Amino acid sequence: MANKVLMKGNEAIAEAAIKAGCMHYFGYPITPQTEIAAYMAKRMPKIGGTFLQAESEIAAINMVYGVSAAGYRVMTSSSSPGISLKSEGISYLAGADLPAVIINVQRGGPGLGGIQPSQSDYFQATKGGGHGDFHLIVLAPGNVQEMASLTVKAFELADKYRMPAMILADGTMGQMMEPVEFDFDVTPAPEKPWATNGTKMQRKHNIVNSLSLVPEELEKFNFERFERYAQVEENEVMYDEYLCDDAEILVTAYGIASRVTKNAVDEARKKGIKVGLIRPITVWPFPKKPFAKMAEKVKHVICVELSMGQMIEDVKLAVECKVPVTLCNRSGGMIPSTEQILAEIEKYAKGE
Amino acid sequence: MVVFDKPKSLADISMHYCPGCTHGIVHRLVAEVIDELGIEGRTIGIAPVGCSVMAYNYFNCDMIEAAHGRAPAVATGVKRANPDEHIVFTYQGDGDLASIGMAETVHSAARNENITIIFINNAIYGMTGGQMAPTSLPGQVTQTSPYGRDVNACGFPVRVCEMLATLDGPEYLERVTVNSVKAIKNAKKAIKKAFQNQIDKKGFSLVEVLSTCPTNWGMTPKDALKWVDEKMIPYYPLGVYKDRSAKEDK
Amino acid sequence: MAKLTINVDNCKGCGLCVDVCPKKVLELSPNKINKKGHKPVEAVREADCIGCAFCATMCPDCIIKVER
Repeated sequence: MANKVLMKGNEAIAEAAIKAGCMHYFGYPITPQTEIAAYMAKRMPKIGGTFLQAESEIAAINMVYGVSAAGYRVMTSSSSPGISLKSEGISYLAGADLPAVIINVQRGGPGLGGIQPSQSDYFQATKGGGHGDFHLIVLAPGNVQEMASLTVKAFELADKYRMPAMILADGTMGQMMEPVEFDFDVTPAPEKPWATNGTKMQRKHNIVNSLSLVPEELEKFNFERFERYAQVEENEVMYDEYLCDDAEILVTAYGIASRVTKNAVDEARKKGIKVGLIRPITVWPFPKKPFAKMAEKVKHVICVELSMGQMIEDVKLAVECKVPVTLCNRSGGMIPSTEQILAEIEKYAKGE
Repeated sequence: MVVFDKPKSLADISMHYCPGCTHGIVHRLVAEVIDELGIEGRTIGIAPVGCSVMAYNYFNCDMIEAAHGRAPAVATGVKRANPDEHIVFTYQGDGDLASIGMAETVHSAARNENITIIFINNAIYGMTGGQMAPTSLPGQVTQTSPYGRDVNACGFPVRVCEMLATLDGPEYLERVTVNSVKAIKNAKKAIKKAFQNQIDKKGFSLVEVLSTCPTNWGMTPKDALKWVDEKMIPYYPLGVYKDRSAKEDK
Repeated sequence: MAKLTINVDNCKGCGLCVDVCPKKVLELSPNKINKKGHKPVEAVREADCIGCAFCATMCPDCIIKVER
């Protein structure tokens, strides 16, 4: 019998991480994700795990690097400015092929920005963030249940592909309360023969490293890593389609924006407008195929974002110029209203 | 009877350090201590960014390469992952530990993190070719202080042991050098204590080693050893700056 | 008499061992060049060696084995 609990999105992430076997958490307070740290501070000592408030986001991500190198599941969380600070460490995790889960409960930027919800770290999350050629697996939950289930998924995928994975949420998703179930089937962490957990004098020493001074070697590592990324793109794409079968207008949005957008789609349908919604759940790998398919039959695509237009670039690439793509957005912590999105849908339905 | 041989936990390869650089001596002392304490199989070393960036190749225990200055944070992670089993040491230079990584150094000390830090202070950035370090002496000529370190423009050197000794956190802080046979024997004692403290769960133990950089100091290896005595030790006096357990025993 | 085994290939010719030896047993080779391109150390008066291991203690490259 499913057991539902009413929880904040941030707390759901924390509890799901523990359910996924994460016994080590390192964080630094920043609004609007601090509930994750507070939850971990309460829970970890009771289950024999680690909660540590680091001296900075930089230290926290490097503590994550250490735990991951030793072969254990580990997580850190922050919000936009803090993720910028973690970007160095995330690049090192990617370069050393270490799995880890990083939570970004986005707030408005750039700079110190604001503390209200935003989706303006999409580029940072999906195009690398730190320096060098690499990707993160980026999962974008659309409700509190997914805050939990995608966190578990993030641990599994990070281990499966030996790469960092990120939950790309936002301040609203972090703060809102919804019922959640935690009855997951968790795939336990695989054997990690590469881990630096002591040789026990049984094997040659392991080295966790991202330095390769020989260019031929570094190139080889990068090519190998991108072969792995190609597998992720092949196997792990997730998205939701809503009323797409007969759609003439396509709207797309992820996370909090997709919730308002779905309302607008319902309102438009009531008015007889044939409109459908694609909600990317993985934003890296980006669900290119459903967009390519829809590009063959819709006359317009609207991308709804809490940013100045970031995901829209991936949408444009996916539709390959076959159909116009326009932006419907708010920024700085503002959320578009159903009316704003509906008006946009109506505008293109009329063929303006 | 063998009087002296390469320690087993030191890899049997040639190190990349310049002729006469004392990094090699300190590497060997760490390896000797690991051998004598019988901890190679459960030791994880953290290499820094700087001249000793490739230290991960020189020890036979498991090794991790950290981002610049972050070795104490990485060590914290490795240690907390399995505190009863893992013996964790970092090996860091002055730029890594006292400049870019100062926050990680101070806070791992404040937490009395049960790790061992070997801190190489040679008053210069070696790997990048001889720039001013946070520990460069007043008036010291480097590539980025070509007229000598001007304390009015770029401040004073940081005395790490003295600074950390003001904290309640750390267990053990000692400054040693390796510019003579006697000094090397003393340095080894300090390094051994810093590892033994970790085994005994006493906490944060840091050994600062005044070291040489003949290449970037522009000296012969022999003159570099002398320079430690003449210039460095007067500014950075050797000795124990904190030893909590010894104090409590009294 | 003590015995010195020197890994000549790994010597960088820094001469710290030469200076520290109380019996002046060691010298940098005046004419040999090793694989690294350095003039390596040689035990030119090994018969005088007392096995104190000062040379090995001072050697940054750990290339000297001392037996007594």
